[in-house]
Amino acid sequence: MIDNVNLLDNLLSAYPGKSMKNRKEHIMLKDSKQDEQHIMANTRTIPGIMTNRGCAYAGCKGVVIGPLKDVVHITHGPIGCSYYTWGTRRHKGKAKDGEKNFISYCFSTDMQDPDIVFGGEKKLKQAIKEAVEIFEPEAISISATCPVGLIGDDINAVAKEAEEEYGIPVLAFSCEGYKGVSQSAGHHIANNELMSNVVGTKERTPKRKYPVNLLGEYNIGGDGFEIARILDKIGYEIISVMTGDGTLEEIKESHVADLNLVQCHRSINYIAEMFEEKYGIPWLKINFIGVQGTIDTLRNMAKYFGDEELIQRTEEVIEEELGEIKDILAKYKELCDGNTACLFVGGSRAHHYQNLFKEIGIETVVAGYEFGHRDDYEGREIIPDIEMTADDRNIPEITVTKDDKRYKLRLSKERYEKLQEEMPLGDYKGMVKEMEDGKIIIDDLNHYETETLLNALKPAVFGSGIKDKYVAQKMGIFSKQLHSYDYSGPYAGFKGAVNFARDISSGINTPTWNYITAPWKNDPEIEAQLGGAS
Amino acid sequence: MSLTPKKITERKALVVNPAKTCQPIGAMYAALGINKCLPHSHGSQGCCSFHRMHLTRHFRDPIVATTSSFTEGASVFGGRSNLNTAMKNIWKLYEPDVVAINTTCLSETIGDDVGSMIASMDIPEGKTVIHASTPSYVGSHITGYSNMVQAMIKQLAQHDEEASNDKINLIPGFVDPGDMREIKRITKLMGIPFTMLPDTSGVVDSPMTGKYEMYPKGGTTIEEIKESGNAKATIALGSFASEAGAFELERKCDVKPYVLKTPIGVKATDEFIMQLVKITGEEVPYALEEERGQLVDIMTDTHFHFHGKTTAIFGDPDIVIAMTEFVVSLGMTPKYIVTGTPGKEFKQAIDAILEDAGVEGAKVKGPGDLLELHQWIKNDSVDLLIGNSYGKYIAKEEDIPLVRAGFPILDRSVHSYFPIVGYKGAMRLIEKISGALLDRADRDATEEDLELVM
Repeated sequence: MIDNVNLLDNLLSAYPGKSMKNRKEHIMLKDSKQDEQHIMANTRTIPGIMTNRGCAYAGCKGVVIGPLKDVVHITHGPIGCSYYTWGTRRHKGKAKDGEKNFISYCFSTDMQDPDIVFGGEKKLKQAIKEAVEIFEPEAISISATCPVGLIGDDINAVAKEAEEEYGIPVLAFSCEGYKGVSQSAGHHIANNELMSNVVGTKERTPKRKYPVNLLGEYNIGGDGFEIARILDKIGYEIISVMTGDGTLEEIKESHVADLNLVQCHRSINYIAEMFEEKYGIPWLKINFIGVQGTIDTLRNMAKYFGDEELIQRTEEVIEEELGEIKDILAKYKELCDGNTACLFVGGSRAHHYQNLFKEIGIETVVAGYEFGHRDDYEGREIIPDIEMTADDRNIPEITVTKDDKRYKLRLSKERYEKLQEEMPLGDYKGMVKEMEDGKIIIDDLNHYETETLLNALKPAVFGSGIKDKYVAQKMGIFSKQLHSYDYSGPYAGFKGAVNFARDISSGINTPTWNYITAPWKNDPEIEAQLGGAS
Repeated sequence: MSLTPKKITERKALVVNPAKTCQPIGAMYAALGINKCLPHSHGSQGCCSFHRMHLTRHFRDPIVATTSSFTEGASVFGGRSNLNTAMKNIWKLYEPDVVAINTTCLSETIGDDVGSMIASMDIPEGKTVIHASTPSYVGSHITGYSNMVQAMIKQLAQHDEEASNDKINLIPGFVDPGDMREIKRITKLMGIPFTMLPDTSGVVDSPMTGKYEMYPKGGTTIEEIKESGNAKATIALGSFASEAGAFELERKCDVKPYVLKTPIGVKATDEFIMQLVKITGEEVPYALEEERGQLVDIMTDTHFHFHGKTTAIFGDPDIVIAMTEFVVSLGMTPKYIVTGTPGKEFKQAIDAILEDAGVEGAKVKGPGDLLELHQWIKNDSVDLLIGNSYGKYIAKEEDIPLVRAGFPILDRSVHSYFPIVGYKGAMRLIEKISGALLDRADRDATEEDLELVM
């Protein structure tokens, strides 16, 4: 048994003094005997510490608005930023009849030296003009990169002017890479704009009885397709998705839904709150990752609407779906059982995937978020205690008020409170509570810590991203990208669970692990370290 | 990619589907070619993250690099404090021998003078820090590679008359480690002592041993870079990526520069070998003669697989120029040739090759983008597309076979271990080109026309 207290002490001891103090606050050894345990999150990464984090632009254009398929997303800046978010995130989008789908395209103003010196507004205006003339999109977005804010290009003014000139929405996102401390700032900037200028700008009447929005689901590897399949089968109508496989057109009408489903709490919880305040739409924390998570989610949704027919239909679908996957999932569990995992991903997945791993017999021993906030770890009750930093203050806050015309109370106060006792309605309890004592929780894990923890704990799987995938695999530890799923997926819902189990099983059990040591190096000590499986 | 209109409109501002990316990633790649070097990106942490992700996807190997993690404060007050903190952490935690700092559009726009920051920094004994200015709004990733190569030479190479030697410096350009290994193998076969700089072989194609090494064995050592100033000559392979380094060595250390094409195909490889012969007087060994003979044998025996086929080629300028020359030598017709990297030398070089071969009517553009290439193809298609993974969108939409070559290749593997340079690399390319064209012929063949022997 590894002594995690010692392990963490040793881990911290390598840091220079100031860095050690900083990192210590981001690491927690779960101990439920303590009255209070806290973890620091969403603060600056120390320069020089090899972080996995990206920037506000990545969070805004790359994560939140990029998946909107009916929009021409113009990146205003030098070429790199648009280029790196071109086709790399696997947010899939399928155009319906008559819709345009720009997901496979990459648009940039490709700012050059003179644009930096004399300003890039003229070029941006011209780029919008050209985009309109060539592609005739329903909408355009402008995402700012680092130099844009520094040289003072007014992208909002350009957007406003273009909107008037071309008669289509032109959204401006001031998501310069230096804003905030991670991608999370960009999620905020993106969602604020959607809330302020898109939601509620078009009316429609839902076609079905139970209209919902799916928030914080980005359709990586087709997760959203699988979720939509299940919801459709039960009889729900998805009004809009923010934003996987989504369209701006649908988000305009999102205020007509009767329930907001929040998959990724980190990227969108504040928007869900605003929907509630402005339109009276309650939100439910859902989790379509893992079979039990999916079942719980579906049952909570049915209970929320409280219709017997819906509840019954939900049970029928659950039974039918389980029937299809039960045996095959059991087979994969046999192949994975008894192994351990370390998870470092996102702002919600390090939590969500623990359940799915558990279902195939894999225990999570380390979990951390790349850009989570304290509430994603400790639960929403910590929100009032979170101190604003200078970096937080640099990200504009928006406030919403009740829209008297469109506000509709969906639940009585009494029923709301009653449901809250039964389900995470308007609530998220965070990751830490669900982890067992002795497990390590670590925020903004970096290269050095990854190497140290993997060496000491030797999990069978490391669920992380592309930057550290091969670090783990060089050590003989299977690494599964949980941002992009490598090229696989979907992993959500019932069918997704099977895909996931299949991929994890193949990663742990691939015979290739057996060949790492050349026969002439047959040193027993080395051999003992090898292999993805225990 | 179904929304590309056939009608071509002139664009002055909007780049769609770029055939280039930004300087810092090229600088990072060049820096990885130094032994025990940690590249450091002076800017916001997103740049470093993007570059590491992209290089990792292409090489499927760990790519390490640190960042100054600028926040809004650093963007206003300058990044000196961030860089100092970063360096302290780097020396203590990651223990590199060298740190190679590249700037970004952020640190360049605010005017950070990294050189002076380094000058006033405490650098531990025996450690080295170099830096290159790589603003993303100038040039491309190839420019960034070139700038970092020039920087390492400018800041490290020394000339000592007494230590002059017979070595040849080889600057490989922005190519895969498989290519670097092939260039080295050829030079070794010639019996010529050399220094390849930078050299990412053994760094980004490191073996699986069960143990992670942050600094794998490969890379040009600092000593070797210093000593490059005492060499007999420098051969720069690919003018866009490598000539700046070679000219710097001439300026600083009086080492004679020879700028050649990236040795893709029989002609460029011949020129590389002839240059080695001219500089050193060494004879070409039979082993190389045999390889060349095999290549020409293959080219002739299979010429009907590709002769007269039209092709579009896009990617980085040095690769595209040499590739164009190669397909011409195969009797193919290059019809559209595009790079995203600016520089009028591109069109000049391509035009010269086409004129020499008597190819007329080809469209050549640098800098251009893949939207325009797609539109050209929509108006008048080609038999084959040669370029990086981004070509697959056009290939699928227009139903054209794609041969993947260049950077980045994100959707196929193993490419970085094998060469496309040298005679062996040319054989490999023929296998790919011929295979792609014949696979297409098989796919399209009616039952009675399906051939067993081709």
